[in-house]
Amino acid sequence: MANQIISATINDEPMEFLADTRDSLLEALRERIGLTGTKEGCNDGNCGACSVIMDGRLVNSCLVMAAEADGAEVTTVEGLATEDGLIPLQQTFLEEAALQCGICTPGFLVASKALLDANPNPTEFEARYWLAGNLCRCTGYDKIIRAVLRAAEA
Amino acid sequence: MGKGKRLQALTVERPATIQEAVQLLNDGGDTAKVLAGGTDVIVIARSRRRTIDLLVDVKHIPELTAIEWDPGSGLTIGAAAPCYELYGNADINANYPAIIDSASLIGGTGIQGRASFGGNLCNSSPSGDTIPTQIVLEATANIVGPGGERSVPVEDFCTGPGRNVLEQGEFLVSLHFPAPEAGGGARFLRFIPRNEMDIAVCNAASAVKLDGDTVRWARVSLGAVAPVPLLVQEAADALVGNPLNDDTIAAAAEASRNAASPIDDMRGSIRQRKHLSAVLTTRTLEQAGARARGENVPSVGGH
Repeated sequence: MANQIISATINDEPMEFLADTRDSLLEALRERIGLTGTKEGCNDGNCGACSVIMDGRLVNSCLVMAAEADGAEVTTVEGLATEDGLIPLQQTFLEEAALQCGICTPGFLVASKALLDANPNPTEFEARYWLAGNLCRCTGYDKIIRAVLRAAEA
Repeated sequence: MGKGKRLQALTVERPATIQEAVQLLNDGGDTAKVLAGGTDVIVIARSRRRTIDLLVDVKHIPELTAIEWDPGSGLTIGAAAPCYELYGNADINANYPAIIDSASLIGGTGIQGRASFGGNLCNSSPSGDTIPTQIVLEATANIVGPGGERSVPVEDFCTGPGRNVLEQGEFLVSLHFPAPEAGGGARFLRFIPRNEMDIAVCNAASAVKLDGDTVRWARVSLGAVAPVPLLVQEAADALVGNPLNDDTIAAAAEASRNAASPIDDMRGSIRQRKHLSAVLTTRTLEQAGARARGENVPSVGGH
């Protein structure tokens, strides 16, 4: 086991933390910094539960080395809400009941945020295609898509 | 598969120059691997299918992420430039729509944020969704290593499932695509049982260059139907010098069916894959022809 110091901006907050050199970004977020909102699903890039935005780009944090985050800006689900409260996307997820068990929800929120940042008015097809890397076994996706499209209108 | 599993003990180095990376990979030997997008190598390091004790993150080397377009000399993309950068690039959209075809259907959006054409080629999977596109666009792989630089045509790069021409200490720096010619068009398609997020049962790319109605040059490439992605010369031979029509396309499709030597596995049977080789050859040729005539054939996904 070897540790390294990582300097990164996490949810707009500059920070330094120790991580094992073999840590993924997902492990570093959850276990070194205590940001457990980001979930581990499959841990091999199929399910999207660990989605975060790194340097403006949606990534699966299980497939990013913690060392790669050195110098990077990372946004997790904890960084979405503002001082004014939930962002429209989080509000429409609640109103549309776009979750049941909730394990996939942080990943869907982050991936949907990245979608609306890149494409503020997606078609239903574009939203479904963008979110294809996020798996949900509860909702059947329709409620999630409704929430995303309603947030886009907001 | 990877659930709850940590990577094997390893370190990550982030060289700033090609020479530093060559040194690290050469000194590291077989257990040192290049880290570009990480969408394959991190999975391998976690599954422990191979021993990896050093990941050399090449993304801080400027040449590895650069995208350079010149109407005369063509397109050079750094081996680690992610798909997201490719389909966000106006020059690539305008000049190489087949690159967009591949870049916009590899994995999900989070994978596309990291995965690169160079990494897909170096992973050398028979089903790699960028490789037939690279082959029909006549891409060359620019390699550097302890012995200096060399270039290899992409169709000669893969030597078996997961194997390629890279020698110890060598790595892929960039991919070069010649400038498109007037009357040229290319298309990539993949068959999977759903719309997105799956490994190809079969994939294919075709490129044609037309003089009026006559095919003056063609390439057809198939993936997931042989130990390496195939360049099907017999399919091109059926087209060149002839008009691009239902009969010549059918002859090319039959050549693809015959060239395919697939296996039976959980994703598809030999019979299905040979059939798909012909179907995808037909469709990619029809749509490459449409693009060659200036028609708009969008990539799926609305990118």
